Amino acid sequence: MVKVNLWSGLRRFAADQTVVPVEARTVREMLDALTAAHPALLPFIKAGVSVSVNGQIVTDLNAPVAPEDEVYLIQRIKGG
Amino acid sequence: MPKDDLKTGYRIVGTRPDRPDGLDKVTGRARYGADISAPGMLHAAVVRSPHAHARIIRIDASKALVLDGVKAVITRADFPTGLTGEDWNLQENTIAGDVALYDGHAVAAVAATSKLLAQDAARLIEVVYEVLPHVIDVDAAMQPDAPVIRAGTADHSVPEGMHPNVVKYIDFGHGDLEAGFAAADLVRAQTYKTEATHQGYIEPHACLGQMGADGKGEMWVCTQGQWYIRRMCSAVLGTDASQLRVTPSEIGGGFGGKTTIFMEPLALALSRKAGGRPVKLVMSRAEVLRATGPTASASMDVKLGMKADGTLTAAQVNFRMQGGAFIGSSPVGEALSCALACYTIPAVHHEGYEVLANRPKAAAYRAPGSPMAAFAVESLLDEMCRELGLDPLAVRLKNAAREGAKASYGPTYNRIGLVETLEATMAHANLKVPLGPNQGRGVASGFWFNHGGETSVSLAIGEDGTVTVSVGTPDIGGSRASLGMMTAETLGIPYEAVRVNIVETGALGVNEPTHGSRATFASGLAAVEAAKQAIKTMCARAAAEWGIDADAVEWIDGAAAPAGPNAGKFPPMSIAEIGAKMGSTGGPISGHHEVTAGGFGASFGAHVVDVEVDPETGRTTVLRYLVVQDAGRAIHPAYVEGQYHGGAVQGIGWALNEEYVYGADGRLQNTVFLDYRIPVASDLPMIDTVIVEVPNPGHPYGVRGVGETGITPPLPALANAIAAATGARLRSLPMSPPKVLAAIKAKANGQG
Repeated sequence: MVKVNLWSGLRRFAADQTVVPVEARTVREMLDALTAAHPALLPFIKAGVSVSVNGQIVTDLNAPVAPEDEVYLIQRIKGG
Repeated sequence: MPKDDLKTGYRIVGTRPDRPDGLDKVTGRARYGADISAPGMLHAAVVRSPHAHARIIRIDASKALVLDGVKAVITRADFPTGLTGEDWNLQENTIAGDVALYDGHAVAAVAATSKLLAQDAARLIEVVYEVLPHVIDVDAAMQPDAPVIRAGTADHSVPEGMHPNVVKYIDFGHGDLEAGFAAADLVRAQTYKTEATHQGYIEPHACLGQMGADGKGEMWVCTQGQWYIRRMCSAVLGTDASQLRVTPSEIGGGFGGKTTIFMEPLALALSRKAGGRPVKLVMSRAEVLRATGPTASASMDVKLGMKADGTLTAAQVNFRMQGGAFIGSSPVGEALSCALACYTIPAVHHEGYEVLANRPKAAAYRAPGSPMAAFAVESLLDEMCRELGLDPLAVRLKNAAREGAKASYGPTYNRIGLVETLEATMAHANLKVPLGPNQGRGVASGFWFNHGGETSVSLAIGEDGTVTVSVGTPDIGGSRASLGMMTAETLGIPYEAVRVNIVETGALGVNEPTHGSRATFASGLAAVEAAKQAIKTMCARAAAEWGIDADAVEWIDGAAAPAGPNAGKFPPMSIAEIGAKMGSTGGPISGHHEVTAGGFGASFGAHVVDVEVDPETGRTTVLRYLVVQDAGRAIHPAYVEGQYHGGAVQGIGWALNEEYVYGADGRLQNTVFLDYRIPVASDLPMIDTVIVEVPNPGHPYGVRGVGETGITPPLPALANAIAAATGARLRSLPMSPPKVLAAIKAKANGQG
């Protein structure tokens, strides 16, 4: 299971969990599994989040994720 | 000062060749947005709301349309309906629908055969308004009695019961906050405010747009992102993106403010209505200040817990930011994520609110959100260090974020260079300069994420062996030089043999704008990969001529050569020789690379400023200034130093002078540079810089990106220096002379 860390504001949309375990091999599968388990997260995912895997922001939905990876959803960052 | 064992000893990387755009700019040859003209061109003028919030009852253009030479007038009725989300925001900001949402909001536009005629015609367009109550201040906009700007705008994140102007809520953190504060020897909390400031680019927005009734169009425009212009204009106009060709001009500053659209669709819509004649639209400075993106204004609460030895035990921030009348425009999420990023603190909690106000739609501004956050956090940290009698730099080093530590925003840091940056700062001679009466020294740290993003680069070998690189990231800070240098380094040819062009939207795949300090990082990464691809082809051409296997050829110093004695004995074949005969050896040789670049590395900085405050007037003079920042690798150190200078200067302006001043009527009072005063050379000392190099392992040359971090520490560094000089702590920006004087007097009266 990949353990996905949510920012705490999302907790109330994910059954009060800040770490949600999901079965996933890629970032896409991870996001799909998250929203399948907790449909209330969908507006936030659709609005845009950044996915951090082992400290790197990953933009490729096909990028692999593994159970030992550190995975965080964080606010989408815009630069100047 | 490279800090690891990534390859050093480059021929070109790290040197300081002449600027590729220098001669064009100093001789006036560079073509900016307003320099582009076309046969049959019309000129546009825009009618703007004089009210902060008003219902548009009627627009009557009949008097304008009868003028000889007026070719088109447009209102919102000339744009498609049914847009949603950010597309709707962009359209609404381009031209108001039923309601003007801020002073300066466009409500109509006119195209005529001369600029003067267009301006006269604009004055003849009659707009009848019903003035509505307005709100400017972010805290006032959250109050129960605040006028509702647009009901139903809030997204899912906002808890029930908030005012409808609160449109986003963010909440994150980790650790036991209560235990963290309980473990502290000193807990302090304060509130800080910053006013909106403008990016202050010298070149106003300007474009030339042409569009036929068939939806095919062209645009020449000063922008940080031609593909963003294409996508956003097409969305607003209801046309297909691929039918619009956008060519970026030379750019006279952007700083994030030119990553979006403001008036560009107006030129295209006017052209479409005027039978396809090209339409030039150039903003005045007043239009730039009233109607293009400043950054947000902010109101921020910070609470910190610290042990007697300076160890931070807990931190709590609550930020409110307004980014105008449109959701998603404030950088409150970025501000929260940056607020505590310099430190490893066991318990942190961040809370933020985005709030609508009757102000222009905020745009990105250099490290969006981070300077305000730093002002609040770094100011309070400084206050607590002074209260405990601790060295503020030593405390920053003690708590500094390091590789392997959990970032305040969640993930674990990879290789970062804050410790090295602080150590270099503490070793600098500026810290040993004695200070005189009314003088004070302030320090602060700063952070920015940096970014990678969608990137497409092509490279072509010329018939003489010189090289053209086509990139999609407009050059706002020296990226033509850095990209040319990395390309030349990779190819083993002179820097002068490479030309880097910023190309139009038809020439490459989609590129994100130059934002997030990404141009040298991401376009550089792609240019290096494109060069490697071309090298592979050139090696294959040489191998074919020599009759040996391509794997038996290597690329050394700009030439193909047999790889070892077993490959055969052939003299190296230079890039010029290969280029000269490529037409008869298989055709043109090029390289191409496209990627959504990951692997970017955060950049940390530390600033030290000495000021003198005149106790009679409250005027602050900056005596000396030091910027120390991790560049990863400085490809062209002079440009990196330029970015450090520029960040410091914009930060000094933000700290001391710049602010949007609104009247009680909600109109912007200071719409020219005489009244909105950015720093000029005579306001500034020479700025010292130290480039720290902790290479980013995610880039072939170690680049991190340097454009944004430098604006983050100046706001608190100045506040801390003024506090040291006067004993008066200012918690509201700008620290203009009247405010500093009032704070000094309050302190003298025992109120500070």
